[in-house]
Amino acid sequence: MPLAETIGGLLDGLKGLGGTLLLFPVMLPLTGLLLAIPLGGRRAGRIVLALLPLGLLAAVAIAAAVLEAGVPLRYDLGGWAPPLGVTLLADGLSATLLLTTAVVMLAVGLYAQPSFRVPDGSSETRAPFAFWTLLLGVWGGLNLVFLGQDLFNLYVALELLTFSAVPLVCLDGRADTLAAALRYLLFALLGSILYVLGIALLYGELGTLDIALLRERLGAADPLPPAAVAAAALMTVGLLAKTALFPLHLWLPPAHAGAPPAASAVLSALVVKASFFLIVRIWFDLMPVLLTTSAAQVLGALGAMAILYGGALALGQARLKLLVAYSTLAQLGYLFLIFPLAASPEGGAAGEVLTGGTLQLVAHACAKAAMFMAAGLIAASLGQDRIRELAGVGRALPITVLAFGIGGLALVGIEPSGAYLAKTLLDGAVQAGGQWWWGLAMQIGGLLTAAYLIRVFFHALSGFGRPPVLRSRPARYQELLVLGLALCSLALGLVPPSYLALVTVGRLAAVGGSLP
Amino acid sequence: MSEATLFGLCGAALVGLGLYGLVCHPGALRKILAFNLIGSGVFLLFGVVARRGAASGFGGDPVPQALVITGLVVAFAATALAVTLVLRLAQTAGRTGLDPEPAGRPDAMPGRPS
Repeated sequence: MPLAETIGGLLDGLKGLGGTLLLFPVMLPLTGLLLAIPLGGRRAGRIVLALLPLGLLAAVAIAAAVLEAGVPLRYDLGGWAPPLGVTLLADGLSATLLLTTAVVMLAVGLYAQPSFRVPDGSSETRAPFAFWTLLLGVWGGLNLVFLGQDLFNLYVALELLTFSAVPLVCLDGRADTLAAALRYLLFALLGSILYVLGIALLYGELGTLDIALLRERLGAADPLPPAAVAAAALMTVGLLAKTALFPLHLWLPPAHAGAPPAASAVLSALVVKASFFLIVRIWFDLMPVLLTTSAAQVLGALGAMAILYGGALALGQARLKLLVAYSTLAQLGYLFLIFPLAASPEGGAAGEVLTGGTLQLVAHACAKAAMFMAAGLIAASLGQDRIRELAGVGRALPITVLAFGIGGLALVGIEPSGAYLAKTLLDGAVQAGGQWWWGLAMQIGGLLTAAYLIRVFFHALSGFGRPPVLRSRPARYQELLVLGLALCSLALGLVPPSYLALVTVGRLAAVGGSLP
Repeated sequence: MSEATLFGLCGAALVGLGLYGLVCHPGALRKILAFNLIGSGVFLLFGVVARRGAASGFGGDPVPQALVITGLVVAFAATALAVTLVLRLAQTAGRTGLDPEPAGRPDAMPGRPS
């Protein structure tokens, strides 16, 4: 196996780079962006295709280095340490999310090749160029959010992400997708301006924006200074608007359902998780004291409402892509249950809860990307995606429907799936902390997920007569790719615990130490 | 009342006005202007923060000023993107509001319980 040896050698070499390794996830997308703009849409697809495997390699190397060393990797840009300089830091959580992003991005980049190709001999069109450059922008923005340690730098990364994600929604230029993109942008702008307001308050109070330094300076003050509490509230609400947590979710379903399938997959699987990740940074890293307050219960309650509301609305949708989009609303709700659960009186549960939440995030990212891409294949083949008219599609596109189903089962949380393991870990915290109501919300959410999936299958697997007339057949490699991604989510529960320890590297002490 | 408090209150008033406009006005262009008003309030607050840092003998803390410059660039880019979207919406659908006119288009608002 010369290929395996080459990759192994390359990985070892990369790991030897230490902190410098962190430059790759940021520099690869930005280099691609700079190359794609002069070279045009025809070559942009190939540039992305060349860069994505390199990105995956770098992400694997970072995860391996963090896991082996047991301490975060860090890199001071230009050799300047904070508070003057800006630091990139990959702790376990960052490394996990970098890896997830690299995997999903690679799948999306391969899947989108036929849809955004400029045919030989024809002149350039707008859509391929826009899609590939925006995809690179999203990729770079995500990686920078996961690595940034300076709150203002994180704001710039978040804006890079938003400005790349919003136009992806309206690539087809129809009026309803333009309105959806505008609505998304306005919610996102409200969110980012509240976040910046929080930054102003924090800087005014503490005189730095580096997360580690802020925690140090806050650590001494036992009741948090009022300005810091106000800043945390403003930043959290702003980020909630970007994460589309109930009741700030109005923009999400039309935006995620209207985008082209490859873009929907990225938006739903990864983009909303970036702002969630920053909420975790604020609540777990910056001000862990907040977890013990009733504000954590409020976040949990909003999450539970999102689970119930999103699940119930998904059940009533007429179109497949809208159903998948509402399902995202519900699945995002699970992530917010970690805030009240992490503060259980037992204390030590915080690491497990964070691992559970991260697993749920990763499992949802893979499963939801697969489901959106499968729904896109079905819609492209049938020419529509109304759930009532799916009859026979199970016979016509068995692999695609199987991939959609496996993605769905992984979300419901059947035995080996990542979501199953996530819910087991969260359930443990529910039992230990005696907060049974969160467990109830999770159970009802699971039932609702199963119910809306069964509704899809009832229609997709019915129709014993002639299979429907297909407008076009999806490429076989696309179907297998989607199936592979869905299987990733399903097999996530089989990851051995020694690898799961990656999530809490550089974090456990910080979380556990500050709890009563 | 000190200078810093006065400017801080002005910033708070601008943020409040902008927030009202962003939430309550139906027209997209008004919402974009309201967003810029909030931005002005926040940047004024950064100015206040820089001025307060000046107590230690400097003319002013340069870091918040650098942040404001970056913030202005980002807000400018955001406004340009939003205005472009509104223009395209006006060209394609002939409206500049987020919500379609009540007549016709029954399926255009999937996000709202109707």
